[in-house]
Amino acid sequence: MIGMENKNQEMAKGLSIHARRAIAYVVLVIVTFFCLFWFYVLFINATRSNGELQSGFSAIPSTNLIKNWTNLVNGTLPIWSGLLNSLIIATASAALCVYFSTMTAYAIHAYEFKAKRVIYTFILMIMMIPTQVTALGFVQLVSKMKLENSFIPLIVPSIAVPVTFFYMKQYMESSLPLSLIEAARIDGSGEFRTFNTIVLPLMKPAIAVQAIFTFVSSWNNYFTPALILHDDKKKTLPILIAQLRSADWLKFDMGQVYVMIAFSIFPVIVVYLILSKHIVQGVALGSVKG
Amino acid sequence: MKNNSKAVRYNKWGYIFLMPFIIVYVVFQLIPMATTIYNSFFENYMSGLNQIGPNFVGFDNYVKLFSSGDIWIYAKNTMILWIMCFIPQIFLSLLLGAWFSDVRLKLKGARFFKTVMYLPNLIMASAFSMLFFTLFSDGGPINSILMQIGIIDTPYKFLSNVGSTRGLIAFMNCLMWFGNTTILLMAGMMGIDTSLFEAAEVDGATSTQVFFRITLPLLRPILVYVMITSLIGGLQLFDVPQILTNGTGDPMRSTMTLIMFLNKHLYSKNYGMAGALSVVLFIITAILSLIIFKVTGNDKRKG
Repeated sequence: MIGMENKNQEMAKGLSIHARRAIAYVVLVIVTFFCLFWFYVLFINATRSNGELQSGFSAIPSTNLIKNWTNLVNGTLPIWSGLLNSLIIATASAALCVYFSTMTAYAIHAYEFKAKRVIYTFILMIMMIPTQVTALGFVQLVSKMKLENSFIPLIVPSIAVPVTFFYMKQYMESSLPLSLIEAARIDGSGEFRTFNTIVLPLMKPAIAVQAIFTFVSSWNNYFTPALILHDDKKKTLPILIAQLRSADWLKFDMGQVYVMIAFSIFPVIVVYLILSKHIVQGVALGSVKG
Repeated sequence: MKNNSKAVRYNKWGYIFLMPFIIVYVVFQLIPMATTIYNSFFENYMSGLNQIGPNFVGFDNYVKLFSSGDIWIYAKNTMILWIMCFIPQIFLSLLLGAWFSDVRLKLKGARFFKTVMYLPNLIMASAFSMLFFTLFSDGGPINSILMQIGIIDTPYKFLSNVGSTRGLIAFMNCLMWFGNTTILLMAGMMGIDTSLFEAAEVDGATSTQVFFRITLPLLRPILVYVMITSLIGGLQLFDVPQILTNGTGDPMRSTMTLIMFLNKHLYSKNYGMAGALSVVLFIITAILSLIIFKVTGNDKRKG
C-alpha cells in the first residue's frame, strides 16, 4: 500500500518535473533570443549597403561590410584615434586600478595600525557614491589643473576605486594566508618586494577579473570623458557614438552607422567570449557592481 | 618587547601602502565633493554672454531647484524608468535563479545561459542605445520586420510615444542588468544549506512551497542588497536615454532623468544649480548606501 502511494506520488512529481523542465527551457530560449537578437541584426546590417538597408530588413548578410568600413574610415569621424584613445585610457585605468587596489587591500589585510578600522569603514561607506555627484567639482578641478583634453583625469582616479578594493580584500581573506608573508619576512624580503613578488602573483585570478571589469567600464564610460575631452583628436568611442547620434543621421549612410556601432561593440564581445568563464565566476564572487 | 617594536616597524607599511589610494581619493573625489557643495550656495551662471556671479545666495539654489517643478518631473521619470526596469528584472532573475539552483530540475547548459545573460551587461551602453535608436527608428529594421509579418501596416513611431520610448529604455536596462542580478541571486541560492531542501523534499513540499517558504525568506538580505544597488544604479541612469533621445528627453521631457538634468546644467555652466542638484543626489545615495551598509556591513557575508 505504502509503496504504491509512493510510486504514485513519484509519478505525479516526475510528470510535473518534465513539464516544468520544458517550460524552463522554452523561457531560456526566449531569453537567449532577446539577449542575442540585436547583435545578430547589427551584424547583418553592418554588411549591407545603404540602399539595401532602406529597402527593408533581410536576415541574410550581404557583401558590403568592407565597403561600409572603408567609407567610415575615410569619413569625418576620427575612428582610429577614437579607438586608440579608448584603448589607452581603458588599459592604463585597468592596470593602475588593479595594482593600487591590491596594494590598498593588502595594507588593510596584512597590517595592524591605529587608523585601520576607521579607514576601512570609511571606504566601505563611500563605495556606493556615484562619480556623477562630484562631477561638477571634478570638472572645475580639472580645468584649474589645466588638464582638459588630457587623459590624466580619466586614468589617475582609477587608483582609488572602492569597489575594486573591496573585491581584492574579500579575495585576500579567502586566499592570502598571513603566515606566507611572515615567512617572506623571515627570509629577509622587504615589505615592498614581498608585495610585488609574492602577493601580486597569488592575487592573479582576482586581478584578471578586476582588470577586465575596470577595462570594460572605462571603455564604455561616456559621462565623464564627454565633460573632459573636447578636442576631436582626443575623443573616445562613446563620445563619437554620441556625435553620430546628434548628427542629422538621416543624411548618413546607414551602413556606416551600423559598422561604427559594431566596431564599438564587437571587440568587447569577442574578449568576453574568450574569458567568459572567469568573468561570470567573478560576478558572483564579490560583485558589488550595481 | 622586541616583537612589539618589530610589529610597529612593519605596520608603518600599512600607511605607506594606503597612501596612493588616500591621496588620489582626496584629490579627485573629496576636493571635488567639497567644491560641489560650496558651489551649491553660490549664484553662478551664464546669462547670454554675461557671467552672473559667483555671488553667495545661501540656500536659494535649493529653493529654486525644488520650487521650479522640473526636478519633480525628472525625479518621477527616473523612478518610473527604474520601476519599469526593476520589476520584470527581479521576477525573471528569481525565476531563472530558482530553476538553475533546483537540483530536481537538473537544467543543462547553466554556463552557456549565464554567459549569454551576462553579455549585454558588458556592452557599451551608448552604442547599445544608438543601436536601438537605429533599429527602432520609423524606417528601421524592427518596423520592417513587423510590417513583413503583417502585425502593423504603417511604421510604428516608437520614439514619438511616451510609453514606447520609456518602454525601450527600461527594456534595454533590464536586458543589461538582469544577467547580473540572476548571477547574484543564483549565488545566494546555491549558498543555502541543501539539507533544508532535502528535508522539505522528505516532507513532500512542492517546488513552489520550497521557493516561497525556504528560498525567498533566506534570500532576503541579498534581495534587499540587489534592490538598493539597483535603485542607486537607477538614479544614475544616463547613457541610454541621453543617446536614445539625443539629450532632449523627448517626447515631451518624459524620459529626461536626473543625471541628464545635471548634465544639462554642467554644459550650460549653471554651476549653482548643478551644485544643488548634485548635493541632493548625493544625500539620496548616501542614505541608500547606509541602508546597504547596515544590511551587509556587519556580517561576513559576501556582497
